[in-house]
Amino acid sequence: MSAITSTPDRRDTHVLPASEGSLFQRLLRGAVTPGGAVFLLAAVLFIAVVWANPSFGEPPQLIRFIGRTAPIAIAAMGQYYVIVAGEFDLSMGAVIATQVVIAGNYIGDDESRVLPAIALMLAIGAVVGLVNGLCTTLLKVPSFIVTLGTMLALGGLVRYLTGGAATGNPVDSFREIGRGGLQDVPVLDVLPYPVIILTVVAVASVWLMRSPFGRTLIASGDNPDAAGLAGSHVWWVKTRAFMLSSLAATVAGILLVGYAGVHPSVGAGYEFQAITAVVLGGVVLGGGRGWVLSAAAGAFALELLFSFLNFQEVESTWRNSVQGLIIILAVALAARAWTLGRRPSRTPASPTPSAAPSPTPARPGTETGEN
Amino acid sequence: MRRNIHRAPLAVASALLLGVFATSCSTEDPTDDTSASEAPADSAESPEEGSEETESSEEWFDQEVYDTQYEQRSATFEGNPEQPWLQYIDGEMTDTSKLASKGAKKACFANASISNPWRQTGWITMNQQLEVLVDEGVISEMETRDAGDDDNTQIADIDYFISEGNCDAFIISPNSTAALTDAVERACDTGKPVVVFDRGVETDCATTFIHPIGGFAWGIDTAEYLIDNLEEGDKVIALRILPGVDVLEQRWAAAEKLFEENGIEAVDYFTGADPTKIKTIITDELNKGEVAGVWMDAGDGGVAAIEAFEDFGADYPVMTGEDEMSFLRKWEETGLTGLAPVYSNFQWRTPLLALEKIFAGEEVPKEWVLPQTPITEDERADYLEANEGMPDGHYAKFGGEDLPGYPEVWQERQIP
Repeated sequence: MSAITSTPDRRDTHVLPASEGSLFQRLLRGAVTPGGAVFLLAAVLFIAVVWANPSFGEPPQLIRFIGRTAPIAIAAMGQYYVIVAGEFDLSMGAVIATQVVIAGNYIGDDESRVLPAIALMLAIGAVVGLVNGLCTTLLKVPSFIVTLGTMLALGGLVRYLTGGAATGNPVDSFREIGRGGLQDVPVLDVLPYPVIILTVVAVASVWLMRSPFGRTLIASGDNPDAAGLAGSHVWWVKTRAFMLSSLAATVAGILLVGYAGVHPSVGAGYEFQAITAVVLGGVVLGGGRGWVLSAAAGAFALELLFSFLNFQEVESTWRNSVQGLIIILAVALAARAWTLGRRPSRTPASPTPSAAPSPTPARPGTETGEN
Repeated sequence: MRRNIHRAPLAVASALLLGVFATSCSTEDPTDDTSASEAPADSAESPEEGSEETESSEEWFDQEVYDTQYEQRSATFEGNPEQPWLQYIDGEMTDTSKLASKGAKKACFANASISNPWRQTGWITMNQQLEVLVDEGVISEMETRDAGDDDNTQIADIDYFISEGNCDAFIISPNSTAALTDAVERACDTGKPVVVFDRGVETDCATTFIHPIGGFAWGIDTAEYLIDNLEEGDKVIALRILPGVDVLEQRWAAAEKLFEENGIEAVDYFTGADPTKIKTIITDELNKGEVAGVWMDAGDGGVAAIEAFEDFGADYPVMTGEDEMSFLRKWEETGLTGLAPVYSNFQWRTPLLALEKIFAGEEVPKEWVLPQTPITEDERADYLEANEGMPDGHYAKFGGEDLPGYPEVWQERQIP
């Protein structure tokens, strides 16, 4: 998949290995990279779920599944920006919970407050990201600690606002964003709004990662010193990554209020689910490598896994252990694919020998050009 | 250093760690935001419980207690039915003539937490009751310490009250059963009145132990309702808050036993009251096949469960929730076949009133069992009307209608 879009440098005279051969060959090569393997993993899990429960494969059910996975997929894409820049954002779940509670408390039954509320929530998301980013880049506090602090601070705020218990849901018109959809769509029956929002976010993310900002972001994650020497403002690039992450969490929060309703536990654990999804998607912790859509695919793989366990009726008491083991296994396999993908081929695959000697040959789904 | 991170082994190692972290954090609910009706007892931290931690649901089942609570559901309660918070089942009484004392007294309240809507509602009611007793000159003041769902904090709170609180009486709502036993005994050793309510401890030293009938009664009421309204072989989804809390485990232990005996297929899930999780679980189950019933061990999140049926386009299930307003309203709106079991919220009034009796030298029940009657569909309209304007997190049987500040204090949900 990633191979289709790989035209890293059009001005280059020689063809990079990733963009040679037939479409099939390129797909195959892409699939053995971590960024591509996650799509295979998601496909395998999807087949397993449909095998366990055939009705899951029907278009109306499938599109609903995509709709309910949209929040975590969007969160994973937000987390991707931060991780690919070499940082972490642990505050995501707390941002979601804060936004959910704000939606419940501020909107309430007042329909006229829907638009101001969305603006307010996005502003709060941007500010949280800005604070995270500036503390990390300018104050040089490790992002792990900064965002952990933000997480605790926001968690305390939610507890203060709610006392730790649920408040009422906001008006239905606001909840429609996460709950409703376009009716009477052929084949699908209904096209949930979250699916549309997810598509828009995905397309925007791909575009963003192919823009100068995206390239600089990956360069900053790969080697901030080099990126700085090359003339980019690393601090501002990374800060924007944090803002994108918090904004993604805000969008996920808006969708979750609609999908589920207001409860302080909404969003709990989302930061780790998002990080797991990003890692499953073959994005390297520490930054510099990975494809944004692979992060979203990682989120889908995770949700498919959870659904698979639901369908298998795994005993509730040890369901968590099963999930944990499978995730470890999946990440280990993805990492294995990474080392396989890195290994230079034994027979010179490239017709132009000049491309082969490069010690780290470009691989689809792992290099900057692939985004 | 940054280069090192790019090496596969390190990346794998950190990924694995995160994977583990992710599952432990994302799939389990932190105890601090549970919405069980009772204080979530993080019993894993309690030193005394040790090997009893890994009890399966069968081990939570206690035939003797089950039988007692089964009987108590139809027992006759002494006292005025208009004031259910003062009713009790006839039994052993504590003679308090030696504790009788004149003048306004200082009460010290060690509270487990107010981290769920049930406890918040009760806490509001208790403070309004306090206002009355302060005006009457029975209580001078009540000093409260909130343990925030933490056993150790609550033990420290009780010890502080004993040594420095200058207390005339103790009110304790224990966070967990075994862990708080010693601290409650230390309070009893002071010779002052000790009132324990909601969840119990493993000692009967308290002057009175106030609680509704209990978890088994809840399980019996709800399971029998579902069994009566479903066919044999029907499927019921059981949505549970979290494992390890005795009152919640007892609710499920009783229900599971009855479902098994009556051929109802029940699958249980832990949700942490997270509506996202509830919705996902129900949707997956609906994908798999028909779901005829939903059983909940606490009503928080009941609305999300019903919405999952709506969004899927499936028929409404037969369902048991709780007397939380959000559930009652959704229940009426959808017209589904349902029952609202009650874990009597009005019990939060009783401890202060018990102190009034104790200082007056009146005898109080050693174990003060309060009525616990579910709200049926026929009674629903009355409770909805009586609680009009109350927030979604309010509990219909809060029992504070005759207290000052009604209804504004509860409507505004002014948490003291």
